[in-house]
Amino acid sequence: MTKQDFSIIGQPLPKIDAWAKVVGETKYADDFFLPRMAYGRLLRSPHGHALIKSIDVSRARELPGVYAVITGADLPRVKFGILPVSQDEEALCTEKVRMVGDAVAAVAAVDEETAERACRLIEVGYEPLPTLMSIEAALAHPEIRIHEYGDGPNVHKNVALQFGDVEAAFAASDLVREDVFFYEGNTHLPMEQHAAVAHATPDGKLTLWSSTQTPHYVHRLLPRILDMPAAHIRVVAAPVGGGFGGKLDPFAHEIAACRLSQLTGRPVKIACSREEVFYIHRGRHPVLMWIKTGFTKAGDITGCHLKTWLDGGAYGSYGVASTFYTGVINPVTYKMPVYKFEGARVFTNKPPCGPKRGHGTPQPRFALECQLDKAAEQLGLDPAEMRARILAEPYTKTANHLTVTTIGLGECIDRVVEASGWREKWRGWRSASAGASTAPAGKRRGVGIAASAYMTGAGTAIYWNSMPHSGVVLRADRSGGVTVLCGATDIGQGSDSILAYLPAEVLGIEPKDVHVHPADTSLTPVDLGSYSSRVTLMCGMAAIQAAGRLRGVIAQAVAEKLEVAAESLAFRDRKVGVPDQWERALTFTQAVELAEARHGVLAFAGSYAPPKRAGKYKGGGVGPSPCYSYSACVVELSVDEETGEVELHDVWIAHDIGRALNPLLVEGQVEGSVYMGIGEALMEGQVFRKGLHKQPSMLDYKSPTTLETPDIHTFLVETDDPEGPFGAKEAGQGPLLPVPPAIANAIYHAVGVRCDEVPITPEMILKGLELRRKGKSARVGPEKIPLFKFKEALMVESAFGRPADAVAVRPFQS
Amino acid sequence: MMRLPPFTYLAPRTLHAAATALAEHGADAMPVAGGTDLFPNMKRRQFEPKVLVGLRGIRELTGIRGRGREGMTLGAGTTLSAVAAHPEIVAHYGALATAAGLVSSPQLRNMGTLGGNVCVDTRCNYYNQSHEWRKAIGFCMKKDGDICLVAPGSSRCWAVSSSDTAPVLWSLGARVRLVGASGERVVPLEALYRDDGIQYLTKQPGELVADIVLPPADGWTSAYLKLRRRGSFDFPVLGVAVALRMDGDRVGEARIVLGAVASQPRPAPDAAAALAGERLTPELITRVADLAAGPSKPLDNTDFTHPYRKKMTRVFVARALRALAGLPGGGRAAEEVA
Ligand SMILES: Cc1cc2nc3c(=O)[nH]c(=O)nc-3n(C[C@H](O)[C@H](O)[C@H](O)COP(=O)(O)OP(=O)(O)OC[C@H]3O[C@@H](n4cnc5c(N)ncnc54)[C@H](O)[C@@H]3O)c2cc1C
Ligand code: SF4
Repeated sequence: MTKQDFSIIGQPLPKIDAWAKVVGETKYADDFFLPRMAYGRLLRSPHGHALIKSIDVSRARELPGVYAVITGADLPRVKFGILPVSQDEEALCTEKVRMVGDAVAAVAAVDEETAERACRLIEVGYEPLPTLMSIEAALAHPEIRIHEYGDGPNVHKNVALQFGDVEAAFAASDLVREDVFFYEGNTHLPMEQHAAVAHATPDGKLTLWSSTQTPHYVHRLLPRILDMPAAHIRVVAAPVGGGFGGKLDPFAHEIAACRLSQLTGRPVKIACSREEVFYIHRGRHPVLMWIKTGFTKAGDITGCHLKTWLDGGAYGSYGVASTFYTGVINPVTYKMPVYKFEGARVFTNKPPCGPKRGHGTPQPRFALECQLDKAAEQLGLDPAEMRARILAEPYTKTANHLTVTTIGLGECIDRVVEASGWREKWRGWRSASAGASTAPAGKRRGVGIAASAYMTGAGTAIYWNSMPHSGVVLRADRSGGVTVLCGATDIGQGSDSILAYLPAEVLGIEPKDVHVHPADTSLTPVDLGSYSSRVTLMCGMAAIQAAGRLRGVIAQAVAEKLEVAAESLAFRDRKVGVPDQWERALTFTQAVELAEARHGVLAFAGSYAPPKRAGKYKGGGVGPSPCYSYSACVVELSVDEETGEVELHDVWIAHDIGRALNPLLVEGQVEGSVYMGIGEALMEGQVFRKGLHKQPSMLDYKSPTTLETPDIHTFLVETDDPEGPFGAKEAGQGPLLPVPPAIANAIYHAVGVRCDEVPITPEMILKGLELRRKGKSARVGPEKIPLFKFKEALMVESAFGRPADAVAVRPFQS
Repeated sequence: MMRLPPFTYLAPRTLHAAATALAEHGADAMPVAGGTDLFPNMKRRQFEPKVLVGLRGIRELTGIRGRGREGMTLGAGTTLSAVAAHPEIVAHYGALATAAGLVSSPQLRNMGTLGGNVCVDTRCNYYNQSHEWRKAIGFCMKKDGDICLVAPGSSRCWAVSSSDTAPVLWSLGARVRLVGASGERVVPLEALYRDDGIQYLTKQPGELVADIVLPPADGWTSAYLKLRRRGSFDFPVLGVAVALRMDGDRVGEARIVLGAVASQPRPAPDAAAALAGERLTPELITRVADLAAGPSKPLDNTDFTHPYRKKMTRVFVARALRALAGLPGGGRAAEEVA
């Protein structure tokens, strides 16, 4: 279809839940108040690493107003974890705590104050163990083991993959660079703190309302944790006030609320404090990286070898996937004929890391894009032109066997280069800053560029199965209204709206005519959850399929009535008819009545599962995606040489969205990503001191305000990808990726200081300027990499450049 | 959510009634004005008063009187937003309007008062944490414990004076009127402070700050610069207040007071003395800035590294002086405006 054929798609419509959110109508989990409800609270460990010797809850139980107090002994002795390969968590720890913030007991009481007082009356006997607070410490102390499982002492995962002969590629290169980078961990900081309300009813069933991004995975895990059948559990995702990956695991507060409700017979709410959200975490992994890349004189990449060390924190979470993600997406952007990747995730006594926006990929993206900037300088190339020359080829495979369909990155680079005035600024200001070392300290301007790619949905589920990844049931009746049931979870990204737009487009009605019922495991077909930028594509495809089926049945009924061919009918403006006899068209409501009379109840399903494209090697399941989005970004900033402060002026960002189903929503996602990238680049850090989180509050954990956010100029590039719903790709994560390296590159351009570490602080910049003044290399960043033996690399032939199918066969199409 | 501990709230209508209530309840009671400092601290159990004496209903505490020429009197209950926007203050006591307008965020300035800002608790990032956090790391002497985590072995607390307006008021020569159950007194603002993180105020617990009295502003100009990570929301981790009285093109009298580098505002008298009788040349400014950095002795208990805060003292003093001298390179870029 071309743009002109659409009536809803491509319109900048407000989200269907916009009004409710703006006027405060939306009921988040903490806004639920049920009759007789009790208030729960978790007692969390004050120790980073300790054996639990005893827990005495008797004084807490005696406190008036306390309904129940539980410990791990009140739950089945099973460990769980979001990934089948990392079952290492307990809701309430029984033998050992592994971080400050691990839950050890839970209370339900008449109000929050009483629950809090009761927690203080619980006496836990701990035997403290030494804590390991960094990658280096965890590797240096194999005798102190945080977990008993994994790929070595304190090594959760150790992977090594090689696609082709990188050493030969380096030998044949004109330039080979080796660089070391560090990306500090940071957290999601959603506005809504996690909350859950559980209600066990006298019929032995259980309902959980929770601010979760993945009701389905929670629903899958609860039966084992609570020892009851899945069929008796209902999980409803309450509207989520921001997720960004922080609400993707089953959590202690959810499980404790369920058990407390079962024991008290009352609904139980547990709403976490902001500090607790910092302990729940599952945020960006701190990653140390070593990257070696070969180049020809012209700037082509000959081969790349990347090593990553991830600080995983105390538990597995999504960490095995995160480890792969630090390696597997890099080859999707540029021609990279051979590639070697080694990665290791290490356990430490910190809150567990997991899937924050961009899951595992912003860190290696920072490394690669900063290294390209350095290489371009050495080769005497314009870094924008260099990137534009070496783009991956559409419809080919990468070295690591990923299938790439459309690529709009060339156009993205062109757009930001043009709009930002890159050529003049980059050349002009560079000569100015080159001479700056003798000039008096002042403010210097710079520009920097970077590009990136991200996946539109993981090609495999987190547990092996061949069922749909997303399902939609669409119902229409004589009211003329259409109801969509889908397990997808709106975390602010707008998936509920997408579920209204797409059927409305197919059926020629208005989004307002569509009622969306999301994320309720008793009501809605399964959708795996809001992660990996999968929802618009997957539930969108399922919704289009279901809407197509409904449309077919309606068309048949109308065709009979009007005595025309069903294929000749158009659906638009809430009418169904033949375009050149539009005066005879029936209203949509009349059309539905005819169809209901002819067909019976009108309910149709749509199912989606991604094409099966996993590389045929161990580990090949992480990275494949139906299609990849691309982004390019130019940042203009100035650096104050006296204070080291960075002021951002403008960000130009172009994003290959495939098709903008709603440009307003896409721009919102792009701007949000840019904003989050700025925070990661310049101030956010989940850092620890004396074994404790240094700043578990929104005042002290520094995240940018609107005053630090520059003008963001967004350009949407449409490539109409055959894999996506009406050609759409993802928007929620990819645009974050180029921002941190573009900022680092712009800082170098402004003052000649290379910051190979984020967040880039004023202190770091002053240190770099000081080095420069002394005539030393003005680089600030990690100096060393750990002594660590990766396992023998799995040797796989490089698939680079092989032609790839436009669209592979998708399941559930007939 | 973090919950407040239980307390009784009294709402007196007069200063006298408030002072009497405070006297009656002694150590169990605390005054509260906007509550923007005290309530978060109570949630973290840094204070657990059984009685709160609310000052918001007391008329005599609000209002801005007088003119720059003859001096002004600001009621302690005046909100920071009102101070920042008052034309007479903007015109004659510029640094005060700037400082009040840079406190925290617009919402908090609408609630927070000048009196509360002058009395705001000292801060330390080992102390401004929840009860559970402080228990986990080990309580320090400012609340519930007996050691200092920033300077182990120290017998005193080094929590940081974090008021934006206090260094400015000091540099302007302000006085405060204190009212207690048994009478009132007026003292220079600097006499209100003591360099101790715990007992940072010299006033009696039962005494209320009633007014801030500003001397006539004639001939004086002033500037305030604030270091913090973000353009809003954040407390100062360095404040530089400079007030100058010019005699023609020479400095007649100067005062430089630093904020957030000690447990009280810290004057830089040597630097101020070096300015007297001199022209504000770039060379002099550099020398004065070096001198002013001397008294700046931050410790590692706020945002940013303490060597950086020390280094920035010099830069900020120079910038404030350049701004007042009309030389290029004064002030900072994007500052929040009220
Ligand atoms: C997120 C956040 C950011 C902040 N940022 C800043 C900042 O950047 N700069 C800054 O200076 N402050 C900041 N603050 C602190 C606070 O908002 C201000 O200092 C405000 O001016 C305090 O005034 P208040 O009326 O709310 O004081 P309250 O909280 O009511 O009281 C503060 C203290 O003063 C006492 N007190 C109040 N009035 C009187 C009186 N008349 N006489 C005697 N004692 C009195 C109280 O007993 C209490 O001990 C911030 C606070 C928050 C929560
Ligand atoms: S300076 Fe020392 S005693 Fe004072 S609050 Fe900080 S840690 Fe506690």
